[in-house]
Amino acid sequence: MSAYFIAHFLLIFLVFNMLVMSAAFMVWMERKVCAYIQDRVGPNRVGVEGLLQPFADVLKLLMKEELRPKAADAFLFTIAPIVSAAAAFTAFSVIPFGSETTLFGLLDRPLPLEVTDVNVAVLVIFAITSMGVYGIVLAGWSSNSKYSLLGGLRSSAQMISYELSYGLALAAVIVLGGSLSLRELVLNQTGYWFHVIPRWYIFLQPLGFLIYLTAGVAETNRAPFDFPEAEQELVAGYHTEYSSMSFAMFFLAEYINMVTVSAVATSLYLGGWLGPILPSWLGWLWFLLKVLLLLFFYVWMRWTLPRYRYDQLMEFGWKWLLPAAVVNLIATAALVLWIG
Amino acid sequence: MTVNMGPQHPSTHGVLRLVLELSGEVVVSADSTIGFLHTGIEKTAEQKKWQQVIPLVERMDYLGAQSNSLAFSLSVERLLGVEAQMPERVRNIRILIAELQRIASHLVWLGTHALEVGAVSVMMYCFRERELLMNVNEMLAGFRMFPSYIRIGGLREDLPPGFHDAVNAFLARFPSKLNEYEDLLTKNQIWIKRTSGVGALSREDTIAYGLVGPLARAAGVPYDVRKAFPYLGYDTYTFDVPTGINGDVYDRYLVRIEEMRQSLRIAEQAIARITPRGQFDIQDYRIVPPPKDKVYTEMEALIQHFLVYSQGFTVPAGEAYIPVEGPRGEHGFYIVSDGSNRPWRIKARPPGFYACQALPKMIEGGLIADVIAVIGSTDVVMGDVDR
Repeated sequence: MSAYFIAHFLLIFLVFNMLVMSAAFMVWMERKVCAYIQDRVGPNRVGVEGLLQPFADVLKLLMKEELRPKAADAFLFTIAPIVSAAAAFTAFSVIPFGSETTLFGLLDRPLPLEVTDVNVAVLVIFAITSMGVYGIVLAGWSSNSKYSLLGGLRSSAQMISYELSYGLALAAVIVLGGSLSLRELVLNQTGYWFHVIPRWYIFLQPLGFLIYLTAGVAETNRAPFDFPEAEQELVAGYHTEYSSMSFAMFFLAEYINMVTVSAVATSLYLGGWLGPILPSWLGWLWFLLKVLLLLFFYVWMRWTLPRYRYDQLMEFGWKWLLPAAVVNLIATAALVLWIG
Repeated sequence: MTVNMGPQHPSTHGVLRLVLELSGEVVVSADSTIGFLHTGIEKTAEQKKWQQVIPLVERMDYLGAQSNSLAFSLSVERLLGVEAQMPERVRNIRILIAELQRIASHLVWLGTHALEVGAVSVMMYCFRERELLMNVNEMLAGFRMFPSYIRIGGLREDLPPGFHDAVNAFLARFPSKLNEYEDLLTKNQIWIKRTSGVGALSREDTIAYGLVGPLARAAGVPYDVRKAFPYLGYDTYTFDVPTGINGDVYDRYLVRIEEMRQSLRIAEQAIARITPRGQFDIQDYRIVPPPKDKVYTEMEALIQHFLVYSQGFTVPAGEAYIPVEGPRGEHGFYIVSDGSNRPWRIKARPPGFYACQALPKMIEGGLIADVIAVIGSTDVVMGDVDR
């Protein structure tokens, strides 16, 4: 067993745990930011500034009884949260979060800081995040509860509508970068224009970035597009009937999806781990910072804006976002062809 | 698909039950069912002495508690024939309290309504300001929700020290906060999309359903009891009655926001007229208890004190109905006395009751999300509806 293999194995372990931790951190950040937005203090009892609050929450959920409605489809009801969480975790596996490292010469060849470098990473992400909707739809259907069903229906309609704009926005970046590998796309963004502006795709694709962000919010079922759960309308939507850890799984999936969407946005539009000042082996700090900023933006939006209505969301998706994405893609492709 | 929305649902304002017949997300037909919060207050009141009814009726419309006691007191005072003896100061204090109560109630409405449409943070801001009004209530009577400060024959006791400062501090702070809420909502495209054109009722329908208060005014019916049948000397105050045009959820929102501004205007005029200390009841010791120092020193006062607290007072036989403009609209008690020391019958006219009746008309043809927005805009208080 080579040192490289062990290092890679450890990296996978690390990424998995960091994801779980990031979800926990997100829960804390969400509650803290929300508290400050709402002129409150937020959790501050468990740990320093309430940092251990998510763990207390998980512990509480673990202690809860696992309830399943009698009329529910037992198999699908059990498997739905697993599908959701698994899809969320898997999607992150192709996202690079740093340059290569030999761990100060310990390894015989450089280890790229990602679980695996797939040459069609964008497609993989796309395929796996779409799998996530199955978890929600199955949860909604198998609960055999009306509110859950409505939540599941809303989420499938919403995800299908927004997947298109999401994909088209990404396609424009792929046209620019000429690659489907996230690592190559990030490396394509190296350098500066006029020695000041980093060559990030956000400056070439401002519209695409906006479309991606909007569609990303809809993809992750976050406010103002949080229809599948819309607690004021559908009680809790698709996870109304879930309790204990299976509920926690949905919760986990939601936050990890947010991290993934932000990470993809960082890689594709914000130059991934590239940034000034820090040496390249610390690039992951830049990655972390950019992802955190995007996540903060998500949280900020959730606690400020009212919720759209379901039909308005569909209208917006099909009549505005999709045409905009198409125009963006065609314009990008034309420019690339013209300039070369 | 038939969906039972409520009585246990996060957005049905307590225990309103709606039986919705859905086709996809569209509401085909709706049926509002009430009675889950039936408390029997009207019946219980028949077993209580007149003054003891005050804390009971305050629990009906629990967000606008003091407009209940005000409406009840006014009706009883009409039967007692003591209206003319009511000191000017008491009237102004009552007006001040009623207007502060209206602002507090509207704050709860705005907070919950915005929460239900998805703007969660607005609720926290509204409750932050409402807290100040609750503190004023606590100063007055030691009780925050149901102070029972307004009594038949005047007030419970004189204003506490520091009352003017507390009210003035609120009046100074609130306008800027109100602007902040408006910054978040009034021009917000999502908010307009969610509320504009939703749950609209025409002027004719509004009148036919007997809707009052902000619901009617949003549809362009300028009916305000304070202007139409001035009580307590509201005619000496300057204020406007805001009206809307479309009668939809957005207009109701605008009307209520403007009402808060007008209430502020009235409160500012009222607090300027009120002296910190002075007469706080009609000083007719058959109805209100005599001052404590007299009870300890004078035989007659001691007897009056004993009588007021043991058998209460009798109200001449007859009936009366003096409505007030509560936070939710015309709000009054029809009281019947048989000349004894207890009511023979009281019957409330709760504005929310009529709003519940009009709910199906407003939500049929809309989406589930509209149902929530409409319920929020009617501002029903189930304790008031079911009493």
